[in-house]
Amino acid sequence: MTIVVLSRRNLLVAGGAVLATGILTTGVSGLLLPARADGLAPTESMTGGANNYRKGAAIVDRIGKGGFWMSGTVRRAGDGAPLAGQRIQIWAHTVEGQEHEPQSHGATLTDKDGAFRLEMPQIIPIFGQPHGHLAYDSGEFKTVFLRPIMRSAKETSLEAHFVLQPA
Amino acid sequence: MKGWRSVRAPLIWAGLAVAIGVPIAFAAASEQLAWRGAVYILAGFAGIVALGLVLVQPLLIGGYLPGLSAYRGRRAHHWIGGTLALAVVIHVAGLWITSPPDMIDALTFSSPTPFSPFGVIAMWAIFVVALLAALRRWLGLRLRTWRIVHVPLAIVIVACSVVHCLLIEGTMETISKAALCALVLAATIKVMADLWRKRALRGESAVRQ
Repeated sequence: MTIVVLSRRNLLVAGGAVLATGILTTGVSGLLLPARADGLAPTESMTGGANNYRKGAAIVDRIGKGGFWMSGTVRRAGDGAPLAGQRIQIWAHTVEGQEHEPQSHGATLTDKDGAFRLEMPQIIPIFGQPHGHLAYDSGEFKTVFLRPIMRSAKETSLEAHFVLQPA
Repeated sequence: MKGWRSVRAPLIWAGLAVAIGVPIAFAAASEQLAWRGAVYILAGFAGIVALGLVLVQPLLIGGYLPGLSAYRGRRAHHWIGGTLALAVVIHVAGLWITSPPDMIDALTFSSPTPFSPFGVIAMWAIFVVALLAALRRWLGLRLRTWRIVHVPLAIVIVACSVVHCLLIEGTMETISKAALCALVLAATIKVMADLWRKRALRGESAVRQ
């Protein structure tokens, strides 16, 4: 037989716990729910991001002779879930060719964690800024063009991150 | 004093040659050139030459270059102004051929590069001055009216050209580029100050009469 001791202290503790749970639940859900509804905002295309884009660059192991790494992630807007198998197209003015030339273009797929990484030739400054171009343009999600800038022309890697929303 | 006077003129001309020649020489030695096409290289150098001409212009009109009469200085200012407009046309046309979408973005003020709008504003100011200068006699613009138009546009050209150039990461070497830009600003401030002083003096003498 369980003896329930109804003391003042126990009542206060129990009542306090119920209250706290209530406040916490409403409080936390109050904080989390709208955040979950708005979620992770989709990435906007950058100005000039689509310049010298060539639709349908082939998926390659490496662009040209390599030496420079372009990497990033692809996630879903809202819940931020990583998107696997997404095709990301990459191009830039490199030591092996100008931006519009076919050999400066290539594509890669994201892994199970939504990450991508493609080796390409060293990017050099063009039109006054050392920058790369990336595109998600496969139809399932809305098209996004990115144009990240290198902090210095001497850097040998660059990152760009996509948050995609359904088309 | 006499010795100084005899070397002053060659020193000033040599200084001008160094101020413009050294940045061009550094740019000509840039490793970036190896990865650029001929048209892109030409466009870049047209821009560098244009900046050099922007330095020559205030020196000519201010009469700071020894051995040139005021008349010849004005004539040279006129012709170099035309050359400057031509250099800008080559710069823009060459960049357009190199990458049409980037040039269109720049000309429509929708470029992601912060220096582009400054370059485009300077370009339009140069074109307006060149056009008005060519039509000045036909329009019957008096010197006073002409100055009211030209002086503010000249300030726009200098300020925007310097910002445009400094923000660009390209073939120019940083220190020689900054030095050339500083000289362009100094020459412009000097000529504007002299103009202001002359006007103040004229105003005073007019009051006295």
